[in-house]
Amino acid sequence: MSTAEKLENGKFKWVGTRPVRPDGVDKVTGRARFGADLFLPGMLVGRVLRSPHAHARIKSIDTSKAEALPGVKAVVTRDDFKEMPSESVAAGEMMIDYRDMTRNIMAREKVLYDGHAVAAVAAASASVARKALKLIKVEYEVLPHVIGVIEAMEPGAPVLHEAMFTEGVEPTPDTPSNIAARNELGRGDVEAGFKKADIILERTFDTAPVHQGYIENHACVASVSEDGKAELWCSTQGHYMVRAFCAKLLGMDISDLRVTASEIGGGFGGKTIVYLEPVALVLSQKAHHPVKMVMTREEVFRATGPTSGANVWVKLGATKDGKITAAEAVLKYQAGAFPGSPVGPGCMCAFAPYDIENVKVVGYDVVSNRPKVAAYRAPGAPISEYAVECVVDELAEKLGLDPIELRLKNAAKEGTQAAYGPKFGPIGFVETLEAAKSHPHYNAPLGPNQGRGVASGFWFNIGGESCATININEDGTAQLMVGTPDIGGSRASMAMMAAEELGIDLDKVNPVIGDTGSLGFSFLTGGSRVTFATGKAVIVAAGNVITDLRERAAKIWDIPVDAVEWEDGFARPTSSNAGEFDPLSLADIAAMAAKTGGPIAGHAQINAQGAAPGFGTHIVDVEVDKETGRVTVLRYTVIQDAGKAIHPSYVEGQYQGGAAQGIGWALNEEYVYGEDGRMQNTGFLDYRMPVASDLPMIDTQIIEVPNPNHPYGVRGVGETPLVPAMGAVACAVEHALGTRLNELPMSPPRVLKAIGAIGEAQA
Amino acid sequence: MAKIHVTATVNGDEVEFLCELEETLLDVLRDELHLTGSKEGCASGDCGACSVMLDGRLVCACLVLGVEMEGRSVETIEAMAAGDELHPLQQKFLEHAALQCGICTPGILVAAKALLEKKPDPTETEVRFWLAGNLCRCTGYDKIIRAVLDAAAEMRVS
Amino acid sequence: MEQMRYEAPDTVDAAVALLVGAGGETRILAGGTDLLVQLRAEWIEPDLILDVKKIPELTEISKENGGFRIGAAVTGAELGEHLGVKKAWPGVVEAVELIGSVQIQSRATMGGNLCNASPAADSVPALIAAGATAAIAGPNGRREIPVEDVGTGPGRTCLAKGEIVTSIFLPSRPAHSGDAYLRFIPRTEMDIAVVGAGVSLTLDGGGKCSAARVALGAVAERALLVDAAARALIGTPVDDAALDNLAKAASAAARPIDDKRGTKEYRIKVSGVLARRAAQAALERARQS
Repeated sequence: MSTAEKLENGKFKWVGTRPVRPDGVDKVTGRARFGADLFLPGMLVGRVLRSPHAHARIKSIDTSKAEALPGVKAVVTRDDFKEMPSESVAAGEMMIDYRDMTRNIMAREKVLYDGHAVAAVAAASASVARKALKLIKVEYEVLPHVIGVIEAMEPGAPVLHEAMFTEGVEPTPDTPSNIAARNELGRGDVEAGFKKADIILERTFDTAPVHQGYIENHACVASVSEDGKAELWCSTQGHYMVRAFCAKLLGMDISDLRVTASEIGGGFGGKTIVYLEPVALVLSQKAHHPVKMVMTREEVFRATGPTSGANVWVKLGATKDGKITAAEAVLKYQAGAFPGSPVGPGCMCAFAPYDIENVKVVGYDVVSNRPKVAAYRAPGAPISEYAVECVVDELAEKLGLDPIELRLKNAAKEGTQAAYGPKFGPIGFVETLEAAKSHPHYNAPLGPNQGRGVASGFWFNIGGESCATININEDGTAQLMVGTPDIGGSRASMAMMAAEELGIDLDKVNPVIGDTGSLGFSFLTGGSRVTFATGKAVIVAAGNVITDLRERAAKIWDIPVDAVEWEDGFARPTSSNAGEFDPLSLADIAAMAAKTGGPIAGHAQINAQGAAPGFGTHIVDVEVDKETGRVTVLRYTVIQDAGKAIHPSYVEGQYQGGAAQGIGWALNEEYVYGEDGRMQNTGFLDYRMPVASDLPMIDTQIIEVPNPNHPYGVRGVGETPLVPAMGAVACAVEHALGTRLNELPMSPPRVLKAIGAIGEAQA
Repeated sequence: MAKIHVTATVNGDEVEFLCELEETLLDVLRDELHLTGSKEGCASGDCGACSVMLDGRLVCACLVLGVEMEGRSVETIEAMAAGDELHPLQQKFLEHAALQCGICTPGILVAAKALLEKKPDPTETEVRFWLAGNLCRCTGYDKIIRAVLDAAAEMRVS
Repeated sequence: MEQMRYEAPDTVDAAVALLVGAGGETRILAGGTDLLVQLRAEWIEPDLILDVKKIPELTEISKENGGFRIGAAVTGAELGEHLGVKKAWPGVVEAVELIGSVQIQSRATMGGNLCNASPAADSVPALIAAGATAAIAGPNGRREIPVEDVGTGPGRTCLAKGEIVTSIFLPSRPAHSGDAYLRFIPRTEMDIAVVGAGVSLTLDGGGKCSAARVALGAVAERALLVDAAARALIGTPVDDAALDNLAKAASAAARPIDDKRGTKEYRIKVSGVLARRAAQAALERARQS
């Protein structure tokens, strides 16, 4: 049966089932090795000295006392990293600039945020390393700092980069500012569109920066040999990207650096760039020993990427019957200390769920004295879509329409021209809305002080470069190797697709993540691309294996290869005209490989095109304690189009995890800075991510509108689940209170302030 | 620097180790004994990734000093499976897909086992509050809670 | 650089002698749930760490004069398993059990919670409301003082050099009385109190409040005993009017600051809310006792 027929008849053997993941036992027994779990002979401990100032010029760094401390094997500072010219490259869904990257991993002229790396040591033990850090003398000239996005944009604000002149503005300003760039997109004529509207709403929203919150701190082990060749073990979403970044920063040949991705303890976008890795390599080079570096949680909060905090202005116009006639937004996103916030995708996604003729979105990328932002699950989209969904909800309320009906009236469908450019192919947005409307949750009764919110979300999903190799072993088992780190169970779905294609049992396929010396370039795990793009590579590789298998069978039977077909794990003659032969299993053919031409393998190196967007709709019920401002999430339902769920349990897991992160973003997560520009809540105690008792069960419903550009119809599912959550929770809180907060997080003081129970609340 | 000699029982075996005073039980387990199943997520008792049983009580190994271990007994995730036989919780975590990245999994399993030993028939709410000291950022806890409840049900039958 | 020293004596006298003889900074290690965090963050670099968990007197719960004497190093988990204390002073036990996770409960102690002297310590308002006293041993012998006198400010206590808290005494529970402690945190677990309120009250035969103690946490530099709030209850049937007055008195007594955990205004408002709710819970227990 062909894949198309299987898809048509739903007769898959593996796809759509829920087997135990291949790496599962190692993960429930503690055997799985994460970033900090590798020990090499002679390994040293590396640690980083970090800036205590939000903004300061480095006048001098004296490392002599640290170097003299017994047990210290190397000390590095800015002098150990070469200057890099400005050059932008893609890092997942974000862009990075090597000039900035080298400054972010080790401060050069200035420190730009509390926690900015200033020096690093490698020592025989952790305690010696700690003492050595205290012996490094750094002389700072403290400068005025700026934290908030609005404050950073004001004329007269402390300027981080003296040579930053806003891009995208004509003419280019002649004074530097913290506004790195302005971008704009749109279609139609918004002024004309608003003229047609019966109702126009304009609202402004503020969102706090939030951290990805992976439980595994950044960790790596670097070992540089005397001939300049190096090995690096690290927790990353993309070891080929780590290789590229480190080789560039250190001036190495890419082939001299072999990077192995450890098991990764969460990333959510935050492990798509480098922090420790180049430093560990330089330390190892200087110390002539392997060096392990592991961040503390405090370092993760102070120095690694959150996503942007933002200020968003949204204007929507609609006719009385709920047709949106025009939409406009201005997005101001924090980039952190260096340019490169996800305001671009924020602009593109803002109105993407809706078919609107007249759209204009302007975005600003703004630097301030906080850690450089990193990608976080659908980077940029959750912020702009939160704001838009809140206004859509208010529009429905003002027009007396059901919020799902209003969305259905304006929903993007196949053929809709998205404001950011392309025409949508088959998409499942309407299906998620219809499913939400008829879901028992949507029609369940609510109690006093309770409210229900609905919101939708969009994310592009991406494809890109992936390699896959399948080696058929002598006993008929298959070794599957891919180059995209498995962050949430992708080895299971890769093996399932390979088993499905080859027609063999799943337990005969052993999937591994290859290191950079074992497999060709693969773009990182991000953009919800792995099941789609690497999955496609696996399918192509399996096809190449099958071609090889058919050739071997043809040889064994001495008939033309065209007369051999591969079906359900067996080579068979295409018809009795070809001859009468007993079918040969994969194992049969593997056993005879030596006689038929040697080892059997299939490889694929592809740049997967045709990723299809993901749409989701969330329903949430909350209860608000009007005396304390506490918001309790009572019930939650996620409905999202997966195209085709390869392993439904892990698709559901993505839906649930995204919703939980969104609840945290909506209610309690934020960065608290002191007057001194230093972050005050640098631990899980006060950076309040949801704990188990904060959440209800999170119900899921998988919609399957196949992506025509994937053999099984796969769409990425990882990122969209975060996008609708903040809007849904915000609307639920609004309906419980009768008041809109327009600010995240909706922390208890803000809730009480919004209902007038207390006066000014600042947080 | 003078290290302190400690004799303790780790997963049923008597072990001796040397540790600096500032080293925690977690440092000792990971860096001295290379039992890396216990993870460091915070080193402040807020994430539970280093949950172990200390003389029959559930603790965060990051909040115990190595020197306190003299004469005491610790059990880690590495001792949870009995030979080839996974603990029912481990099995249910696999069947329910109750892990994504897996970094919090060892700590959650150790904590859940402690719960079921104390309370074989917990409610969903009791499981949620018992596991409140174990952060998971991937799953939204749903499948974890279901796996624990299912394991409890199975253990009551057997 | 001096090396840190660790000692684990098995008598109070030996502990006091070590403290008296120690030069530099010393820290008592009981559960370690605050101490180890402070050590790891390098906020403190003590010369001596004195582990008190090997001293039997500090790890026992005993009956005394109809009340209970609880060793300063008794863990939250052990206290929570002690049915006698739980029955007599449920508010105190609840307060202790609110400290951190199950993992923390296995280690954290009331003595540590008291002597760490965080204004937000959960057990302290409940202990103050209960009229608990702290037993202190030192080079000049032993003394017993009200719990509210132990903490003097964030991280500061009235303990002199060489002194340690050995136990906390909970008095005999009067008839027709009840206690309760409530705290507000943004999540359901794992946070430090933004506001805490402990109430203990006694009813007379006619159902009127004959005695009351109200204490607030996290709204001043230390936990506060709020007499005005108690007076709002005494002599009343603890009706809505009395509870309103209690709430007003509690809010009026609160003198919090803005910090990362909450705003001043918020804490003032919620002080009243929680005091009221805690009083209602204590009342319910008093009626059932």
